[in-house]
Amino acid sequence: MNHSNHVISSAITAETIADSSVVASDAVAEYALGLGDDALVLAHRLGEWITNAPELEEDVALGNIGLDLLGHARSLLTYAGTAWNKSEDDLAYFRDEAQFRSRQLFELPNGDFAQTIARQLVVSAYFGELYRALAGSSDVTLAAIAAKASKEVAYHLDHSTQWLVRLGLGTDYSHERMQAGLGVVWPHVDELFRPDPFALALTAAGFEDVAVDVVTLRPAFDAVVPQLIAGAGLEVPGVPAARGGGREGIHSEALGPMLAEMQVLARAHPGAVW
Amino acid sequence: MASAKGATLESEARPKPTDGAALAIWELAATVVDPEVPVLTIEDLGVLRRVAREGDRVVVDITPTYSGCPAVDAMRDDIVAVLATAGYADVTVRTVLAPAWTTDWMSEEGSRKLEEFGIAPPAPRAADGRVNLGLGIRCPHCGSMHTRELSHFGSTSCKALYVCQRCQEPFDHFKSF
Repeated sequence: MNHSNHVISSAITAETIADSSVVASDAVAEYALGLGDDALVLAHRLGEWITNAPELEEDVALGNIGLDLLGHARSLLTYAGTAWNKSEDDLAYFRDEAQFRSRQLFELPNGDFAQTIARQLVVSAYFGELYRALAGSSDVTLAAIAAKASKEVAYHLDHSTQWLVRLGLGTDYSHERMQAGLGVVWPHVDELFRPDPFALALTAAGFEDVAVDVVTLRPAFDAVVPQLIAGAGLEVPGVPAARGGGREGIHSEALGPMLAEMQVLARAHPGAVW
Repeated sequence: MASAKGATLESEARPKPTDGAALAIWELAATVVDPEVPVLTIEDLGVLRRVAREGDRVVVDITPTYSGCPAVDAMRDDIVAVLATAGYADVTVRTVLAPAWTTDWMSEEGSRKLEEFGIAPPAPRAADGRVNLGLGIRCPHCGSMHTRELSHFGSTSCKALYVCQRCQEPFDHFKSF
């Protein structure tokens, strides 16, 4: 099944995503917007580390990871925007907090470096499973975006795993901080694997092969991440799951201030380009 | 020209056209260099994917190395500029997402030029798409295999930072991807 109104015969291009020849159906756009918001919000958080990481190499590393995620967000938002005649910038800069669908883990403040590494571990493993599955989508645009992203997030997982081990098996103090970081992040893990209402809507409309059912990704995540944590001498926190609701526009108090900073320039100078 | 490396199809790795009109355009576009690694042309990198003549219009397909690679805009402008000087006024440069770029598309010539420039070239990729890491990266300065990764990420998305344990020089490694 192809749910774009236009069947693409050869290559998928960013321009053809933006150009009216490839138009996402409304249902596909709603789904892509959620995925794009996850990537966008985390990309912005990682950008906050630049000049603040514990060493120069990590400024560069977290910046590079954020840049990859921003690339995913741009493709996904551009594609979503084709359904509503909106640009990636319209969607990124001119929606308010309640219109963002990012799941709450992504908007969580960075905390200390260990907390950021804990989040990167979780999200890189999650993205890896998500994009591997989405690369098989019957929507050719989503499949192309996912296939490329899948390779990039595999490298992100290597990065966070190395730091997990270094901090977990380092000093008593680094171990303690890493364990605390996992403790902050872990309540938000469940939300990642809860049914995505926009994926369900696609399925209900008969488009079964477009979206990924994230519920099915949990066993693969559970087969990998707890083992990595144990290998670093750390424990999977025994904490209750947070309420979640990001896909429905329910957010923590952290998202508003983040968006204010992210959007201020575009809102002060609408339509400005460089 | 050596064959494609790793788990990549030969036809994907070497998309250079054979017919005259397209070949002439290809040869021009292939002179554009990566603004971040100026010893490599976009052909060496495997970023140049396809050229086509559609009436008066020329369409050039390039592929970003990484999703967020900021060099793509510069490459696009440079392709338009170089073709304009040869009289091609109507040029469209498209960035192709699928199939996704891989370092296996880098030419042998590209690998050689990278090493001469002081950047350790990528190794062939594993067949299952996993990233080869850390092991046996040769120092482009002294040739020693006794090197270590300093940071998973380097000055650009496509590179990691290494240091040679023998000559003590730091160097970039173009990651296998």
